[in-house]
Amino acid sequence: MVSDADQVSEREAAIRAVNAITPWFELKQISKIYGHGESEVRALDRIDLSIYAGEFVSVMGTSGSGKSTCMNIVGCLDVPTSGTYLFHGVDVGKLDRDQQALLRRHYIGFVFQGFNLLARTSALENVELPLVYRRVAKSERRERAMRALAEVGLAGREGHTPAELSGGQQQRVAIARALVTEPSLLLADEPTGNLDSARSEEIMQLLVRLNMERSLTIAMVTHEPDMAEFGTRIVTFRDGHIIDDQPTKRMIA
Amino acid sequence: MIFATFLMSLREIRRNTMRSILTMLGIVIGVAAVITMTIIGEGATQSVKNDISALGDNMLIVSPGAARRGPVSSGSKSFTDADVSAIESQIGGIAAMAPAASRGATVVYGNLNVSTQVMGTTEGYVEVRGYKLAQGRLLNDVDVRSGTAVCVLGETVRKALFGTGDAIGTSLRVGKVTCTVVGVLAPKGSSAMGQDQDDVLLIPLRQFQRRMSGNRDIPTIYISVDDSRPTAAVKARIEALLRERRGIQRGSEDDFNVRDMAEIAATVSSATGALTALLGAIAAVSLLVGGIGIMNIMLVSVTERTREIGIRIAIGALGREVMLQFLTEAVVLSTLGGVIGIITGVAMGFGVTSLMKIPFVPTPGIIIISFAFSAIVGVAFGYLPARKAAKLSPIEALRHE
Ligand SMILES: Nc1ncnc2c1ncn2[C@@H]1O[C@H](COP(=O)(O)OP(=O)(O)OP(=O)(O)O)[C@@H](O)[C@H]1O
Ligand SMILES: [Mg+2]
Repeated sequence: MVSDADQVSEREAAIRAVNAITPWFELKQISKIYGHGESEVRALDRIDLSIYAGEFVSVMGTSGSGKSTCMNIVGCLDVPTSGTYLFHGVDVGKLDRDQQALLRRHYIGFVFQGFNLLARTSALENVELPLVYRRVAKSERRERAMRALAEVGLAGREGHTPAELSGGQQQRVAIARALVTEPSLLLADEPTGNLDSARSEEIMQLLVRLNMERSLTIAMVTHEPDMAEFGTRIVTFRDGHIIDDQPTKRMIA
Repeated sequence: MIFATFLMSLREIRRNTMRSILTMLGIVIGVAAVITMTIIGEGATQSVKNDISALGDNMLIVSPGAARRGPVSSGSKSFTDADVSAIESQIGGIAAMAPAASRGATVVYGNLNVSTQVMGTTEGYVEVRGYKLAQGRLLNDVDVRSGTAVCVLGETVRKALFGTGDAIGTSLRVGKVTCTVVGVLAPKGSSAMGQDQDDVLLIPLRQFQRRMSGNRDIPTIYISVDDSRPTAAVKARIEALLRERRGIQRGSEDDFNVRDMAEIAATVSSATGALTALLGAIAAVSLLVGGIGIMNIMLVSVTERTREIGIRIAIGALGREVMLQFLTEAVVLSTLGGVIGIITGVAMGFGVTSLMKIPFVPTPGIIIISFAFSAIVGVAFGYLPARKAAKLSPIEALRHE
């Protein structure tokens, strides 16, 4: 179905048409500055970026170019030094901590570059955690977490703690944790960084399927051009600026 | 949510077994130390108090000689029968009274002999001093007035002379007197001052005066004040009466003294109170050390916990949910530690007091205070880092080192 270029570009056109009014989220003149004086680092320098519902954006760029910083701001995990971040037209900067937390809880799934799993906690419990805060009943929680782990190819590993899992397996637990809540926006910071190409491909197929079937909006950081091509659009960073923003080949074709 | 949080906290406690145990250990040691120490201190105090009240805490002891120069002082005249009758007839509120004279003597039975304190007294003596009869009868009015040659033995004397045999009805030689045993006193143990109160032999006062001291002096009068009367008031009235009878001028010093056992009891228990305070201070130090231990463990785990808090908040937990979880965790650990501490402390206190043969008196106040202290420390140091971490932005918490 992905290979059916006509269908895809028709879909893309529909997305653009509907969302011409409101992007899913919009960064306006966002800057993030670390440190001050001599040691000041401009991780993001007045960037503008709009992403529409149903898009699958691949974010690329050299190491240290500000990709993670940008994802963290979009995920409401970090606050920009200046600029406005609109989430569905809502100015996130004006929300209090609890409102931001609820926004994360109900709309956003986040895959961290460093996984950030709870130590000494089984894969299953890690994946269940976001559902606990969503007040999902125990039996349903368990069932959904099991399903999410199976989807990322970790069936049978539910009881293992992060220390008992390989890097790639931990990464897949982190992906399962982000997807288990069926969020409307998935932010993934190098979700395939520790996976072999076959595994990476599987994860990409999963993301593409969710993007198509459930209209999951995705922003994914990756260093691999092959992986980036699974998306609908590639945004390239360099030194805190966006230097390129184009549809992928399959969208153009 | 509260219940879910509670379950989550229990899971966290189990997951971090070592940290949980160490945290609890601090509380357990602190609480147990305080409780054990105070139980021992209280037991010692109580034991002394019991001894004193066994001596008779509403007892007055009247003896010649100025109080300042000690109870027995030469030069001051003894009391007379008339003094005794005057006190008896003129002072109200006296429950029982016994004039007494004593001296050491050797008691011989067959080929056995034992040195003891021979006490010439009246039938009131047993009541005033709080003795009980084990066998036979006490000295009675008739014995005392006629001066019959009868005696009542203390347990120590009876055991030395008769062992397991029967003492009643046998004849003993007490100094130069021969007397018949009519009764045996129940054992009373040693006094607060360490005297064996059972090492005694009672004979009628008349008999003592006639055959042992050779005069009619009464060196001591024991008086038991009625429970309903203030001992101090009765004491004051006796003093006034005796001053008058002994012709002491206004302004000059008494040549006799009336000692109040309640006063002595107060003095002794203030001394043991100091002991309790000392033990309490030591215990407070161990509680403090326990508290610092808890603090340490909590602070050491802050880095890891801060990251954990970051993760939880990043995936959608509210700050207050995370704090509630940490608070519950701290409360559960502190309570558990406190309860184990109380059980350990009370058990150790029980063990030590029964080894020392002193009364086991747990003080609920101390138990509550020590428990509250460690609970507060535990909760504060479990909760404060959580509070601080929950105030960070999620990414700061995740990057915490
Ligand atoms: N907490 C921080 N304090 C100071 N500087 C920071 C901090 N976080 C990031 N930076 C700096 O900001 C810049 C952007 O970092 P960022 O993590 O966004 O890069 P990235 O594009 O994700 O790189 P990579 O591909 O290696 O993950 C870097 O120069 C980095 O050194
Ligand atoms: Mg990065």
